[in-house]
Amino acid sequence: MTKVKKKRIKPKDNILNGLFKQNPTFVLILGMCPTLGVTTSLDNAIGMGLSVLFVLILTNSLISLIRNIVPSEIRIPVYIVLIALVVTLLEWLLNAFIPTLYANLGIYLPLIVVNCIILGRAEAFASDNTIVDSVFDAVGMGLGFTLGLSTLAFVRELLGTGSVQLLRFTLFDTSVAASFLVSPTGAFLTLGLIIGIIQTIKIDRDNKKAAAMEIKIKAALAKKAAKEALKLKEATTHE
Amino acid sequence: MSDLLTLAFTAFLVQNIILTQFLGICSFLGVSTKRSSAIGMGLAVFVVITLSSLLTWTIYYKILYPNLIFMRTIVFILVVAAMVQILEMAIKKFSPTLYRALGVYLPLITTNCAVLGVALLSIQNEYTFTETLIFSAFTSLGYTVIIITFSYIREQMHKAPIPAGFKGIPSGLIAAAIMSLIFQGFTGLF
Repeated sequence: MTKVKKKRIKPKDNILNGLFKQNPTFVLILGMCPTLGVTTSLDNAIGMGLSVLFVLILTNSLISLIRNIVPSEIRIPVYIVLIALVVTLLEWLLNAFIPTLYANLGIYLPLIVVNCIILGRAEAFASDNTIVDSVFDAVGMGLGFTLGLSTLAFVRELLGTGSVQLLRFTLFDTSVAASFLVSPTGAFLTLGLIIGIIQTIKIDRDNKKAAAMEIKIKAALAKKAAKEALKLKEATTHE
Repeated sequence: MSDLLTLAFTAFLVQNIILTQFLGICSFLGVSTKRSSAIGMGLAVFVVITLSSLLTWTIYYKILYPNLIFMRTIVFILVVAAMVQILEMAIKKFSPTLYRALGVYLPLITTNCAVLGVALLSIQNEYTFTETLIFSAFTSLGYTVIIITFSYIREQMHKAPIPAGFKGIPSGLIAAAIMSLIFQGFTGLF
């Protein structure tokens, strides 16, 4: 079997890809449980995002390292065990050093094991890419997830409680609040609206692009037709 | 007895696993577009959650407690994965009809956060064996009922004129928001 040489993705593109183009929260729509569950406050959202970033970097690099050793029939169980190990490590670290975050994330922390992003990136990217690329992919996806969570949490905390707090600093403070946005209803509603708006903008842009392309094609066709007509005219006059 | 009844209704309605705890959202949004697949997935999740919670409870208190409790995440996910595999093989052997209905959904369940979530919640809430049985059965029943109801709603939504950008997941999430608002009405009932 000849090995097809794949074109390497540039690290910058790789990271930007995870942050915006394939944002796990708003575009790929992965890892919804923590997305909805912990975004009642900006602190928790950033904590969750960085936890996933940590797990993703470790699992992606480990899986990339062992990708040629593990037989493909049992790769999923092996990945799951590896991910569970890393998450347990994270649980110990958080419990020891940031106990408030450990308490706030609660059940969503061990549930990182079954977060679709981690297994998804392991299967889709780390299992056939080099370790360096896999780490860049993990950084991009992890930061993208953090960005998604903090956007959602920012909107919910600002509109739901009237103020946004980040590590004891108050960023905004207003006296009005629509407290239902902090409740589960607000989680579904805010996420649905944000994804809907992003998709609408995307469809709009695609339509504009298609329309511009159509005008270009029409112009080219008209040019071609004019040329042919000219040729025909020349041929007839020649006769 | 009345305690168990309260626990059952709380798990089923008030603390509904999808609408208030946000567990199993991926499968909730992914599978609920078709009624038949929602029913299949709902039943498969019901069986797996009830069985695996009892199994993990037993393992936690008979083997892991008190010296090895830090291993629970790894052990639980392995138990769930192994149980799903065994269940799949058993159903395939004994009831091909049931396998045709549930078979596709079983492998997906390993990474359904509701399963691991319920197992971890019964430990975190320090339930006894009977309480775990009631809690897991009614929680997963809540999941099944919601996912089937939701599939009916989404089938109707296919016929509605929704703006292109909101088709699919965004409109599904907004419908789920309304449903969860309804379920908030049950708060304080028990």
